[in-house]
Amino acid sequence: MIRLHVDWTRCDGHGACTELLPELLARDDWGFPLSRSDQVDPVVPADLITLARRAQQACPLLALRLTGSR
Amino acid sequence: MSVTEILAPGTGHRLLAGEQLGALPRLSGEDLVDMVERAGLTGRGGAGFPTARKIRAVGRRPVVVGNAMEGEHLSHKDALLLRVAPGLVLDGLELLGSALRARRLVLAAGHRIDTGPVCAAVALRRSAVEVHELRGGFLAGQESALVNRINGRAAVPSDRLRPVWQSGVDGRPTLVVNAETLAQLALISRYGADWFRSVGTASDPGTFMVSVSGSSHQVVPRPGVLEIARGTMLADVLARSGTPLHGARAVLVGGYHGAWLPISAVHTPMSREGLAPYGAAPGAGVVHVLDRRRCPLQVSAAVATYLAGESAGQCGPCVNGLPRMADTLTRLSASRPAPRLLAEVARLRGLVEGRGACSHPDGTARFVASTMAVFADHVEAHLLGDCGLEGLPS
Repeated sequence: MIRLHVDWTRCDGHGACTELLPELLARDDWGFPLSRSDQVDPVVPADLITLARRAQQACPLLALRLTGSR
Repeated sequence: MSVTEILAPGTGHRLLAGEQLGALPRLSGEDLVDMVERAGLTGRGGAGFPTARKIRAVGRRPVVVGNAMEGEHLSHKDALLLRVAPGLVLDGLELLGSALRARRLVLAAGHRIDTGPVCAAVALRRSAVEVHELRGGFLAGQESALVNRINGRAAVPSDRLRPVWQSGVDGRPTLVVNAETLAQLALISRYGADWFRSVGTASDPGTFMVSVSGSSHQVVPRPGVLEIARGTMLADVLARSGTPLHGARAVLVGGYHGAWLPISAVHTPMSREGLAPYGAAPGAGVVHVLDRRRCPLQVSAAVATYLAGESAGQCGPCVNGLPRMADTLTRLSASRPAPRLLAEVARLRGLVEGRGACSHPDGTARFVASTMAVFADHVEAHLLGDCGLEGLPS
């Protein structure tokens, strides 16, 4: 299971990830990524893994990590 | 096995007995972990994590850090322990040090700790323990923030994916253990796991230290630190501290990340299982009694505001969410607040829970949730007008 993890010590609410993965991430009142599931680190379904990797590369602060394995 | 034991200093082989102990046993890593596992010791710093599991998880040749930062404002137990029994804390560090072949032994002492006695003890026994006096606020004792500080960096927490037991002080696996937990270890190594389990409850054995205080002198005439068996009734602790129950409204248990018990729940045993129904836990051992004459919402809003100010300032949900939540609670604690503020507090709680690099947002949310639940009738009174009480001493 692949999960999307936000390194909160790096994230500054830039929002690229929320635009690339709107199925998984909303934005909170202050623009920070908010998991739509009840899990803080949401599971990334197989069909979104490519987009998730793109989001990881798109984050200017390298705040996104994909954890786990398929 | 009594469950209502408050142990007076000098009785039995316990933390505050002030005994002269014999030589510290040398145990192998395996023997130490087995002993601690059988004893059922859990951390006495706040999180209550099983100590044996923590020791097993840390990598080879770790750095061991004794945590006496005592960032919890209402807690005084670690300061007391280092004043009256510093040798026990050093014993615990040295026990772990030899069993795990530790590279370094560090005792991190917060600015409220008098390090004179422990430094004298270090010199007397030519201990390898390094005593570091470090400044810091509420989050000073947070595990990864403390490790970052010892590494000479800013005392802010690290991302959870980089746990200190993998990479900590000097980039080495690091075991961070609360001072009281170390002292308990020192006694368990002398007297054994069965001795430790001879007081307390079956699932929450041993003793722990509680710091008893009140929002007024009248509600807690005799504040101080007690060593009690797990499972001791809160009522017995309050009786020892001279609390007139009719003058109290509620008791904050654990710390500022803990939960309120209404005074009607005073016959609750202070153990993990006894406190769990109230969303509370022994935590850092704080027992803070709220005077009935004080508005509980205003007091809670002040705590939430303090906690917001103690944010490390690096994570968006915390930096933004906690002040908004505290401000909403403050407005709810005023006279005839807008009813929508109730839902807004709950919404903001949901926004901060589980987010951020450490448990500060979670703990603050827990405190706020407890406030809204335990003082629900008080919230009602405010919505209809006000409660007629003042929050804070003038």
